[in-house]
Amino acid sequence: MFKIIEKKFLSENVAKLVIEAPYIAKSRRAGHFIILRIDKNGERIPLTISDADVEKGTISLIVQRVGVSSHKLCAMNAGNFILDVVGPLGKATHISNVGTVLCAGGGVGVAPLFPIVQAMKLAGNRVITIIAARNKDLVILENEMAEYSDELIVMTDDGSKGTKGLVTQGMEEVILREKIHQAIVIGPAVMMKFAALTTKKYDIHTLASLNTIMVDGTGMCGACRVSVGGKTEFVCVDGPEFDAHKVNFDEMLSRLGAYKDKESENYEAYVKSCEAVSLN
Amino acid sequence: MEEELNEEYYKAERKTEWRDKLRKEIKAKERTDISRVRMPEADPNVRNKSNLEVNKGLTLEMAIAESHRCLDCAVPTCIIGCPVGTNIPKFIKYLEAGDILGAAEVLKENNSLPAICGRVCPQEIQCEAQCFYVKKLSKEGAAIGHLERFVADYAREHGEATIPALAEPNGIKMAVIGSGPAGLTVAGELAKFGYDVTVFEALHDLGGVLKYGIPEFRLPKSIVDYEINTIKNMGVKFITNFIVGKTASIADLKEEGYVAFFIASGAGLPNFMNIPGENYSGIQSANEFLTRVNLMGGGNKDFDTPVHTGKNVVIIGGGNTAMDSVRTAKRMGAERAIIMYRRTMEEMPARAEEIKHAIEEGIEFINLASPIEYFADERGKVNKMRVQKMELGEPDASGRRRPVVIKGSEYDIDVDSVVIAVGVSPNPIIQQSIPELEITKWNTIKVDGNMMTSIPGLFAGGDIVRGGATVILAMGDGRKAAAGMHSFVQADVFANI
Ligand SMILES: Cc1cc2nc3c(=O)[nH]c(=O)nc-3n(C[C@H](O)[C@H](O)[C@H](O)COP(=O)(O)OP(=O)(O)OC[C@H]3O[C@@H](n4cnc5c(N)ncnc54)[C@H](O)[C@@H]3O)c2cc1C
Ligand SMILES: Cc1cc2nc3c(=O)[nH]c(=O)nc-3n(C[C@H](O)[C@H](O)[C@H](O)COP(=O)(O)OP(=O)(O)OC[C@H]3O[C@@H](n4cnc5c(N)ncnc54)[C@H](O)[C@@H]3O)c2cc1C
Ligand code: SF4
Ligand code: SF4
Ligand code: FES
Repeated sequence: MFKIIEKKFLSENVAKLVIEAPYIAKSRRAGHFIILRIDKNGERIPLTISDADVEKGTISLIVQRVGVSSHKLCAMNAGNFILDVVGPLGKATHISNVGTVLCAGGGVGVAPLFPIVQAMKLAGNRVITIIAARNKDLVILENEMAEYSDELIVMTDDGSKGTKGLVTQGMEEVILREKIHQAIVIGPAVMMKFAALTTKKYDIHTLASLNTIMVDGTGMCGACRVSVGGKTEFVCVDGPEFDAHKVNFDEMLSRLGAYKDKESENYEAYVKSCEAVSLN
Repeated sequence: MEEELNEEYYKAERKTEWRDKLRKEIKAKERTDISRVRMPEADPNVRNKSNLEVNKGLTLEMAIAESHRCLDCAVPTCIIGCPVGTNIPKFIKYLEAGDILGAAEVLKENNSLPAICGRVCPQEIQCEAQCFYVKKLSKEGAAIGHLERFVADYAREHGEATIPALAEPNGIKMAVIGSGPAGLTVAGELAKFGYDVTVFEALHDLGGVLKYGIPEFRLPKSIVDYEINTIKNMGVKFITNFIVGKTASIADLKEEGYVAFFIASGAGLPNFMNIPGENYSGIQSANEFLTRVNLMGGGNKDFDTPVHTGKNVVIIGGGNTAMDSVRTAKRMGAERAIIMYRRTMEEMPARAEEIKHAIEEGIEFINLASPIEYFADERGKVNKMRVQKMELGEPDASGRRRPVVIKGSEYDIDVDSVVIAVGVSPNPIIQQSIPELEITKWNTIKVDGNMMTSIPGLFAGGDIVRGGATVILAMGDGRKAAAGMHSFVQADVFANI
């Protein structure tokens, strides 16, 4: 059992949870994630460790509500317990001083981007960060990102905050303006696909952190597999970061949709059960 | 233990008065005239829609009748066939004499999980294959597995839940990595020696393949839990959600005072075939399919985990994993649940009983065939597979005739779900976390005769050493390793006095 120490909403659909997990706090590096299961009937879902406090023995997770499990998680509060948390999983981001790094996060991809921005800055890089969201209410981690970025660009689809436009436009502007040595993109698969196409044009080495469907997170099931440069890789053990120019994003998108129908059914049933409770 | 299992010991045992008397009560000719007991089974058309255990277990009368068949041979060759050297005639004769709890004690001498082995051992190639009936009479062997299961189940249901005698606690900390049959066996054995044992398990539940792989209808989870509970009652601690090499390293655990380690991390990595289209959605490994169903409650509406099934499900492979997957798919509502295997029925590595059960349950078999490509609909979901026919050629290194492609024999099958069960590879997490650990070219861990790895104090056994093997071999390794760890630590303790 893992105790929730702190919980708060960062935006309407995004919550931050601080969880007691001393071993994981100590072992984790930027880029690592955990898998959790809320209760005994729950599914196992992967979430990036966005921050950790070794002294207090805690890790922070930032979760966006998309389906049943993430809703249940966002409905939990400080003092509640999560049944299972395992990690740290995946390979840590390779952090070194390369010069200027462009970090771009879209939607909830901003959460997993944060520890990387932090580590890149601490390694002595010049860090330019772009965070993108549909509208101003969905922008998260702005202050945290600003603290570790030499420059922070906020973008929204509707222009309600920062620059209006897509993340790729913001990236291109920066690339045309100054020499970028490395890019890191994290967000919805479609966004990463187009971000990768953008940096490819300018031949900038780019990493993407992939959020495939997972079960065990230890290489046991292959649910998370993707094609990278024509080779099958397991995101949970070989990743989650890969050379974005080699990832087959179309295949990844179709695999992400594998359980869509069943998940929407589950989700509707869940929403109904919540409504039933609130009506009583 | 092992060293006592020599012919002298069997002879002495066999000469005890009660066994002499029992043997003579029924003439050998009469014994061999009895026909082998048939295991009562759930109706194939009922069980293929439920999770009911297929084998219902023998009644007391059936078990006693079968025990009469065992001749209590002067040279009990059956024992040679058992990887842990179970004293088979001894336990069967206790059963024949009506002392079933006594029979259970005999089983426990060498085997801490008899209720499990009685159900899942491939007896037809192990103990029963070496039975006098098979070797000399060309008859069906004594039903050793069925009797082992009967005795263990009887003891669980009627005996007091006793735990074996334990040595005084010595406070020495030992770590076991993985809670499959190898890890559980080591933990139980080390607890008997008085060690302070902790088992670390990566998943949220204990039992390894016994839980996430082998389905309920073949091995009820309650039986696995009962055995794990016995080990808990022996003082062994279990920590789930703990991946050694990730959550903490072996070096970290050493700092916490653990002095010896047993790596039993299994062969959990699924192999794929690397053919075009294999990553389409709807195509999954047997591990993913079985884990979603067995460990995560997939397919049960009270659980959140979704699982892929379909009307036309093809499982690639012919081993136990393939058989478990195809029968699970059938139970989840597949109209056609098909095994596709590149050799013939004769070469199939699955237990004979599972193949028989699968046929009864309406599983289709497409033998001498192998997929070469998958096709998908516009959403990337698999809807068709291309298959090529094979024929058997010369025997290969494994002694089985090698399947050879028949040119121009390709044809297509409509599918909406495919499960790949073509073998597993060793789990690499531990090896990666200790670069100096010696491994083989198959990524299995190298061990010596005491199951010690190239690093003193670090032992290993089960599938991580053997590649995909069997439950009983994993347990055999566990027993050997426990003895090895005991001598290692004792030597170390005395060296430091
Ligand atoms: C390594 C890794 C790190 C991750 N880190 C974070 C994180 O820090 N914060 C966070 O909020 N999420 C993160 N995710 C995604 C998160 O795991 C999923 O959002 C979550 O599993 C959804 O569960 P659910 O039951 O709420 O939704 P589901 O019912 O499973 O899905 C609802 C909808 O979302 C889609 N979906 C499912 N899984 C994903 C996915 N992995 N990516 C995109 N869409 C998906 C489904 O197709 C479906 O339409 C990460 C994923 C991976 C693999
Ligand atoms: C579907 C299926 C059916 C089978 N049917 C039969 C059968 O009928 N008869 C038979 O004899 N054999 C059968 N087998 C084979 C048998 O199950 C295995 O040989 C046996 O389980 C191996 O035992 P083990 O203890 O070595 O490993 P496993 O049972 O694989 O257990 C390994 C455990 O270690 C854990 N682990 C791995 N890495 C770490 C780590 N770093 N830290 C902590 N924990 C870790 C894993 O999560 C797992 O729980 C079957 C196998 C499968 C997959
Ligand atoms: S443990 Fe397995 S091989 Fe040994 S006697 Fe029992 S069923 Fe036979
Ligand atoms: S070989 Fe067969 S008949 Fe002889 S003792 Fe063993 S089980 Fe009994
Ligand atoms: S999540 Fe199972 S192999 Fe990656």
